[in-house]
Amino acid sequence: MDLLELLRNLLFDYTLRTVALGAAVLGIVSGGLGSYAVLRKQSLLGDAISHAALPGIAIAFLLTGSKAPLVLILGAVIAGWLGTLGVMSIVNSTRVKDDSALGLVLAVFFGFGLVLLTFIQKMPNAAQAGLDKFLFGQAATLLERDVITMAAIGTLALLTMLMFWKEFKLLSFDPEFGASLGFPMQALDILLITLLVVAIVLGLQTVGVVLMSAMVVAPAAAARQWTDRLGIMVGLAALFGALAGVSGAVISSSTARLPTGPTIVLCISAIVLVSMVLAPNRGLIWHWVRRQRNRWRLRVEAVLGDMALLAAQHDDPGHGHSLAALRAMSQGRGGVARSLEKLERRGWVRRVSPDEWALTPNGWAAAERLLEQHEETSV
Amino acid sequence: MSLPRIEIQLIAATVAVACALPGTFLVLRRMALMSDAISHAILLGIVLAFFVVRDITSPFLVVAATLTGVLTVSLVELVNRTRLVREDAAIGLVFPALFSMGVILISRFAGNIHLDVDAVLLGELAFAPFTRFYVLGYDVGPRALTMMGGILIINVLFIVLFYKELKLATFDAGLAAALGFSPGLIHYGLMTLVSVTAVGAFDAVGSILVVALMIAPPAAAYLLTDRLPHMLGLSALLGVASAIIGYWLAHLLDASIAGSMATVTGILFGLTYLLAPERGLLAIARRRTRQRWEFAQTMLTIHLLNHEGLPEADEECRVDHMHEHMRWEPAFTAQVVRHAERTGLLLSQNGQLALTPQGRQVARQSMLQ
Repeated sequence: MDLLELLRNLLFDYTLRTVALGAAVLGIVSGGLGSYAVLRKQSLLGDAISHAALPGIAIAFLLTGSKAPLVLILGAVIAGWLGTLGVMSIVNSTRVKDDSALGLVLAVFFGFGLVLLTFIQKMPNAAQAGLDKFLFGQAATLLERDVITMAAIGTLALLTMLMFWKEFKLLSFDPEFGASLGFPMQALDILLITLLVVAIVLGLQTVGVVLMSAMVVAPAAAARQWTDRLGIMVGLAALFGALAGVSGAVISSSTARLPTGPTIVLCISAIVLVSMVLAPNRGLIWHWVRRQRNRWRLRVEAVLGDMALLAAQHDDPGHGHSLAALRAMSQGRGGVARSLEKLERRGWVRRVSPDEWALTPNGWAAAERLLEQHEETSV
Repeated sequence: MSLPRIEIQLIAATVAVACALPGTFLVLRRMALMSDAISHAILLGIVLAFFVVRDITSPFLVVAATLTGVLTVSLVELVNRTRLVREDAAIGLVFPALFSMGVILISRFAGNIHLDVDAVLLGELAFAPFTRFYVLGYDVGPRALTMMGGILIINVLFIVLFYKELKLATFDAGLAAALGFSPGLIHYGLMTLVSVTAVGAFDAVGSILVVALMIAPPAAAYLLTDRLPHMLGLSALLGVASAIIGYWLAHLLDASIAGSMATVTGILFGLTYLLAPERGLLAIARRRTRQRWEFAQTMLTIHLLNHEGLPEADEECRVDHMHEHMRWEPAFTAQVVRHAERTGLLLSQNGQLALTPQGRQVARQSMLQ
């Protein structure tokens, strides 16, 4: 499929357009709000919330008999919220740690949701079909009205986030300071978690309960690599989320039997991988380059120091010193010959014979500067 | 009860004990969510191994899937070691990716594979008794039962053999390393147990029940005891109870067996959370109330002792005066006085309070402390 055709499909093919739009909305909302979860070390809360939402969906259906997205979303939000409350109260009032509390709520709520789902499936009511799509997500079943609901609720959640920008920033980085300024930190905490619950629930129908947690953690983790500023991080996370959503939707629609949810998750995982490797400053390559540079700087400085030591023992400053002697002094640090070449390029040493080197007057000055620096830092 | 029903409960009970043992250490070592990560990620291993051997019952499948579980742990550690993301985020990044690959592989090749994502997550315990295990042509029981029995034995052996090391590495990793036990080795040993247990249980009970059984019973036991052997035993007991009660609940509701067992582990944890003798919510609330009364009583005796026999005693030791002096509401004062009178700390007459010898002693003692 060429690019033009893809673009045409994206614009005019009802299913693809709906799915891509839905996935984009999901990526933007969960990426933006997930940033706070990742910064506040609550990455896995998303996992617990998304699993906890399942019984809410089932109960909402049992009570109303309706599969309208708004009804199901409401049920899921309430259940997800109760699950979070459960985690918090277990952590706050017992010695059971957060990891156990999260895992417990996740498995128990999900198990209860399964009981309800299987119970519903055996009811003599045709309307129940399709509730199980929430398990793994079935983006293909997204309707335009679903996407409109998602977009409306998502916009509301993001607007709330922007309204409380300053407060949420305080909450994420220095809640004690915020409390001392008189902000109601606990209420803000609850509001932010509620927004996170909403973001997660919006994505359930597209990627499913099991994989939704990835959409909370991954865009934010990728965005974190590129920046140290909250505003940029939230924006980038939303962008990455949307990118993964749309590309996942397109890839899965252009290949037979490729489920959308897992494809989206693999797309965002790829973005995370690229970010971790390539991002400036924090990325692995950057890190490696910086380490190499430091290593060579140290090696060169050590050779310069050794040269100065040798030169100090001779009356003739132009006397050459053999590479072998310098190698012996380097204590296996390696790279002596290349260090000498680097020093020569700076004009600090000169080659007097094929493997003999002498310090230049400039080199002397540099070595003395280096010595002073070391003395300063050691004092 | 028919044979399959007994067998289902036996399988479930075996899984419960097999999960509770490594689960106890996971909960204590704050790695509970590794069970979630491993039990999802093994799907990829199962699928990949299936492509190689083309036999869903092959033992090679178990080995490959177990290795995938251990690989998940190392991947999480690898991501973690870059220090680019925190540990919780590392878990959240690794296992969804592996699980997604598994799901995609299954969907792509769904035509020639007897694997179902639903089955991996949810299990189908109801059908477990119908896959039999034959030794030399003799039917020795359901495959799931023999397999989980074997895994249970491995778990018990590992924990018995390395009990001291596990205990030390769990409660004081630094000391364990200093004494020359390798915490890394113990860690990977434990993770291999978790992995092999999750793999063994996946087609019988599904990964969600594995997570529930590994976390909920040990967490409940953690609220009941301070001793490791008791915690191991209680976890196993609570796990078995959840399995049996869950089975009958599912029978009653005609619903998912694994789901209802997971629900029961949650109910049992909830009950423990409320009722545990020392760490339960009720016990904590009762202790707080008792401390509040005792504190108020002691304050009252100290106040009375301070003014006893002095000229202002008539004024200071009136019941109505406490409102002003201790900032107590009249109703609260009345309750404290009644309480203290009943325990024999003071006497009240016409609104005047007087300490008994016992009350004097309490006041003096609390001031000394």
